[in-house]
Amino acid sequence: MPALHHTPVAGLSALLTAGELSSVELTRHFLDRIERYQGELNAFITVTPERALADAAAADARRRQGDASPLTGIPYACKDIFCTRDVLTTCGSKMLANFVAPYESTATARIADAGAVLLGKTNMDEFAMGSSNESSFFGSVGNPWNIDCVPGGSSGGSAVAVAAGLAPLATGTDTGGSIRQPAAFCGISGLKPTYGRVSRYGMIAFASSLDQGGPMARGVEDLGLLLGVMAGFDAADSTSSDANEDWLAGLREGRMPAAEPLTIGLPKEYFDGLGAAAASLDEARRVFEARGYRVREVSLPHTEPAIPVYYVLAGAEASANLSRYDGIRFGHRADNPHDVRDLYVRSRSEGFGAEVKRRILTGTYALSVGYYEAYYQKAQRVRRLIQQDFLRAFGDVDILLTPTAPGAAFRRGELTRDPVAMYQQDVYTTPVSLAGLPALSLPCGFVDGLPLGMQLIAPHFREDRLLAAGLDFQHDTDWHHRHPEGWQ
Amino acid sequence: MTTWEPVIGLEVHVQLATKSKIFSGAATRFGAAPNAQACAVDLGLPGTLPVLNADAVRMAIMFGLAVDAQINLNSVFERKNYFYPDLPKGYQISQFAIPIVGMGTLHIPGQDGKPLAVRITRAHLEEDAGKSVHDVLPGLSGIDLNRAGTPLLEVVSEPDLRNAADAATYFRTLWSLVRSLGICDGQLQEGSMRCDANVSVRPVGASEFGVRTEIKNINSFRFVERAINYEIERQIDVLERGGSIQRETRLYDAERNETRTMRLKEDSEDYRYFPDPDLLPLSLDAAYIEAVRDAMPELPAARAARYERTHAIAAGIATALAEDPDVAAYFEAACVPGAEPKVVANWIVNDLAGRLNSESRAIAASPVTPQALGTLAARIADATLSSKTAKTVFDRLWSEGGDVDAIIDAAGLRQLDDREALAVLVRDIVDANPNQVAQYQAADKDKRKKLKGFFVGQIMKRTEGKANPKTVDELLIGALEAP
Repeated sequence: MPALHHTPVAGLSALLTAGELSSVELTRHFLDRIERYQGELNAFITVTPERALADAAAADARRRQGDASPLTGIPYACKDIFCTRDVLTTCGSKMLANFVAPYESTATARIADAGAVLLGKTNMDEFAMGSSNESSFFGSVGNPWNIDCVPGGSSGGSAVAVAAGLAPLATGTDTGGSIRQPAAFCGISGLKPTYGRVSRYGMIAFASSLDQGGPMARGVEDLGLLLGVMAGFDAADSTSSDANEDWLAGLREGRMPAAEPLTIGLPKEYFDGLGAAAASLDEARRVFEARGYRVREVSLPHTEPAIPVYYVLAGAEASANLSRYDGIRFGHRADNPHDVRDLYVRSRSEGFGAEVKRRILTGTYALSVGYYEAYYQKAQRVRRLIQQDFLRAFGDVDILLTPTAPGAAFRRGELTRDPVAMYQQDVYTTPVSLAGLPALSLPCGFVDGLPLGMQLIAPHFREDRLLAAGLDFQHDTDWHHRHPEGWQ
Repeated sequence: MTTWEPVIGLEVHVQLATKSKIFSGAATRFGAAPNAQACAVDLGLPGTLPVLNADAVRMAIMFGLAVDAQINLNSVFERKNYFYPDLPKGYQISQFAIPIVGMGTLHIPGQDGKPLAVRITRAHLEEDAGKSVHDVLPGLSGIDLNRAGTPLLEVVSEPDLRNAADAATYFRTLWSLVRSLGICDGQLQEGSMRCDANVSVRPVGASEFGVRTEIKNINSFRFVERAINYEIERQIDVLERGGSIQRETRLYDAERNETRTMRLKEDSEDYRYFPDPDLLPLSLDAAYIEAVRDAMPELPAARAARYERTHAIAAGIATALAEDPDVAAYFEAACVPGAEPKVVANWIVNDLAGRLNSESRAIAASPVTPQALGTLAARIADATLSSKTAKTVFDRLWSEGGDVDAIIDAAGLRQLDDREALAVLVRDIVDANPNQVAQYQAADKDKRKKLKGFFVGQIMKRTEGKANPKTVDELLIGALEAP
């Protein structure tokens, strides 16, 4: 039998149901591991042991009463971007280093309702802006496969918590790749749901038209369990969808969607010049083909402008979303301001890190008189073209298969001085975000001892296809069962 | 010398009378303790999201229909970005490129006596900001976010107004309209309607507009007229002395009756409007708009026309009754059986309105109930009261309240209408004044009317004013003109 921290959630759930294990014991196991490895990995910003043990005891009682869902008593780690009542929510920023929300995000409230146990809040790039977790005010995070490498970002802490066995499940958020790329870099599975699938209420905004919360776990089945709980209409989020498919309801009871072998499209623009990952992707394709999936090439001609379009739009939205951090009502406030302007300027200058400032500035620029048409409006037009590319491709194929990132994890510090090179990390993930589509990143191989990820993309609200195909793939491969050494 | 023509357009912020805020569930009551009505959304806490209040949308549609405006089936909420301590999110959610209400018309009575159609450019939904408080905490400024998120409908007129009196009438007509629609409580002193006036002047006959200034936040009908008149004169004065008008925002100081520079438009900010990604475009279906139209209450103009038509009430009085829904409701309640609506109307716009004004009371808080005033009018109609004794009863009603008939009996005010008794009295008076009778009989028709007053006076004196003047008049004419 594998160690508890290598056991899938369904297995843990079965142990809890059989009474062979209590949630308190399970929670202690993970809390111990966090205590042991947090110093090296820095995956957490806040650990909540007392609350976790109390929640675990409550979950055990609930299970005894026969009122358990598959997640009842299962510990999880939460990205520090979801507001949690009475627990610090920093968003990786000095600006919110003292912020305790008086309310709970819809996603975490639903997870708590299912009985899952919050272990703590995970490290992340400041305000989710970054692809390496190096912009966090609370320090960078080590990749458990190679501590000198980044874990990816912005949900780097969550990816590391799962990969190193500090939590069986974690929440992440994805604006331009922030679930998928760290999942790929850490050798775990991560799902960015369709925009509107998971409520954004209480999830601190980076770019509102792109932000989407989602699950991170070792395998696809665990993703399905957590997605089932997180997803669903929320009246508090006007952009949340009221789509409630049968398969989604099934997820909550632990039933995974199944599908006949699908037709997979390989967008040729995503494979041009692909380096070390090409061989792994090729192998993945053969795994699908062996299962009866059909594979054909498709074209997404507007792939190239996706990164500039993304950085214009995400920056523009962020520039407004981050205006509320003004030192007036909450968060960091400069000492002894001599007037309101000074209060604003110094609170914001001190509270935000360099990457956040860079994006606020570029976003403000893109919205300014004289540039609005050339940048913001043009980017919106191209965004529609990118969306149309995907819709056209989905006329011919069921899902798309692409790499998740250009390569494996890079070394810490390697790209920090070159933001544009850093932004290239998002080349395969931002088009999907701009189109609002669901996408799944799965581990599909290694290069130089570091995991590689592949991305499956489906039409809007067709996460069921991703889960079914992902399950098929993981049935025939064991990449998701590989564990980094040194964290036993 | 140049003759100048003022050009005026108004922007009026109408606070919509929804129970909760435009994007949150917090209450909108006026006068609560600071920040007692501000929830996480109003405070702009991280992660909170706006959800549009459907009632605010319904009210905006009602307004649009009332001014025959185009209702845009698709409109967009945008973010207007600027930093201010009482603006919690650092942006205001407003409508910019596509407002919910497009071009419409408000009909007002012009100063020259002719009806005037003032075009309404647009009306858009937006959230109000909070309030900075500088006089409560020594050495500190306070922020009260109770008002933050209160729904506003900003009604923008075309520059169709040509004098301050018409501008004030426009503001007043708008006030009347939104109150009659039930979409605003109309409490000007509480800021429920705030007016910004754009004013410029140009030589009569010029086709171009002059440079305009904007006077901010005027909150009374009187101040609108005064502020604009001041500003017109100021601009003419500047131009006639060879100066030029600056594009600027000015504040009206009611105490000194002057406008002062607040900020120049050159340093006005770039608000970087863009569609709010937290809110989907507002999309309405035609059936919903028709449902709102079907549920529209009677509008002031239609109501005034109805009063004129069914009660033969003069246009001016009908308008005065109809423009304020509280007054209209009072009038309709006062038209009890036996009361002459025309008489009721006159009592309301003269005696009652005068007393209410002098004591600054709202008609809803009138000590004289509509039923009492209606009964009073009925007692005039059935000749129990004369107009003189009716005023005495009215005074009693005002100061003590009570039942009209009880007051009449207690004070012995019942009108003397016993024809035989009055005839005896008339005979006595005529007999006692032979000189006046001779004068009367020698006088022509016009003079006779005046001379008759002497006899009426004598009779009223003897009856303590209780004699029915109509009966007295008939008896007098009979007695004086008898051969």
